[in-house]
Amino acid sequence: MELDENAKYAQTHEWARVEDELVVVGISDHAQDSMSDIVYVELPEVGDSMEQGEEFGVVESAKAVSDVYMPVSGEIVDVNTTLDASPELVNSSPYGDGWMIKIRPSDPSQLDGLLAPEDYRAHVDAG
Amino acid sequence: MADGKNMSETAEEQATELKRTALHDRHVELGARMVEFAGHSMPVLYETGPIEEHHITRRSVGIFDIDHMGQVAVGGPDAVAFLEHIVTSNIAELGEHQSRYGLMLHEHGGVVDDVFVYRLDDHYMVVINADNRDKDIAHMRHHAAPFDVTLEDLSEETYMLAVQGPRAIELLDKLTEHDIDGIERFSSARVELIGVPMVVGRTGYTGEDGVELYFGDQHAHRVWNALLDAGTEHDIEVAPIGLAARDSLRFEPGFALYGHEISDNINPLEARLAWAIDFDKDFVGKAALLAHRDRGVGRKLVTFVLTDKGVPREGYPVLNQDGEEIGVVVTGMYAPTVDAYAGNAVVEAAYAATDTPIQIEIRNKPKAAVVVKRPLYRPAYR
Repeated sequence: MELDENAKYAQTHEWARVEDELVVVGISDHAQDSMSDIVYVELPEVGDSMEQGEEFGVVESAKAVSDVYMPVSGEIVDVNTTLDASPELVNSSPYGDGWMIKIRPSDPSQLDGLLAPEDYRAHVDAG
Repeated sequence: MADGKNMSETAEEQATELKRTALHDRHVELGARMVEFAGHSMPVLYETGPIEEHHITRRSVGIFDIDHMGQVAVGGPDAVAFLEHIVTSNIAELGEHQSRYGLMLHEHGGVVDDVFVYRLDDHYMVVINADNRDKDIAHMRHHAAPFDVTLEDLSEETYMLAVQGPRAIELLDKLTEHDIDGIERFSSARVELIGVPMVVGRTGYTGEDGVELYFGDQHAHRVWNALLDAGTEHDIEVAPIGLAARDSLRFEPGFALYGHEISDNINPLEARLAWAIDFDKDFVGKAALLAHRDRGVGRKLVTFVLTDKGVPREGYPVLNQDGEEIGVVVTGMYAPTVDAYAGNAVVEAAYAATDTPIQIEIRNKPKAAVVVKRPLYRPAYR
């Protein structure tokens, strides 16, 4: 399992990384690997505001449909529209080109409550 | 075949524990993810991933463990008459070593199962779906009473593998002296492959050239490994294929999957399987089908492609342009070769024509779709 050392993680397998005061969000390498081939990613509209833990989208693989959740509260300021045509980027580059949304966080302190990479690894290993 | 007592014991075992095929541990070794399917623990995908597994089968060779499928040997003086009676297609005209698809119907016209009937040397072999095994055998026994036939359930001792893809025959040729390519489509032969005696049927469920193999359970590892090794040795791309890709491979060329396109409650006219029915003979369920035909078929199976983005799934409602519910999705997926979100649905007959705009309701949101010409993928051998 690969980890992005610069990101923090939700127990529900989303990662969150601060870039220029925004929070970039995707799903972890572990999450994409357990889903196998991702064939569709449904993302919110830019401008939507959602609370931490609220479902912001849906990731679908050949045999599974999974909700993805806001790691922090805030406004969606950007979505990765390239996933429309190339959802497989979530498999090939979960921390890079497979990013899903950018959030302008309403309460940046929520990031402190997310798991550090090593804690997320322990969480995954514990099953 | 198993008597009533054994049958109920089998059912009990299934309820408490999943059956494992002889290759179970080998699949795990190959990185498979195992899921429950028809009471068996089966590989749904391997490390390769289902989309690439699909593409490998279309471009080279895929091998499939389908030992969960059942086989019933039908013998005795009335074997032909019996099969003519319970299978919709014409069995009488099968020459030795020929085989054919057909359906077993309820008296009310619903489908008990779809089957593949092989005429072998001195008996017939009926290949049935794992999920329907007990039901099928009960159905066959019930209708066998007036006939002088023997029925033997060979499912446990018979191993079944499929080898499918444009290079499947070339691969098999590396493992036998027999002229595999000499076996015509929908024919079979008794062959020794790496010294293992087997029945090789030139058929499959992928839309590609290929075969299905039937042999003794104890040889499963040898045959499976020989197929993989021959690929490596002769530079023929070969991969094991899981149930996910098996589903997309059968969907694109328009093959029915029991429990989806056909079921106890969907009859073959609705499922557009009239081609598998010989109305010139008598068979169980014929009267109901004729009555249904005269009445007019009220709902029909269609294949659709989404023009919006989204993955259709079994059970999603189908709507007309006014948002009224007109049917239900029975199979849905991302179809790799046609590169489309597509599916099959059973809809009111008025909406069954090609190019009819429909909508698929995905998570309460209607998504635009269109009825398309079947099949999405024309089988390579046709």
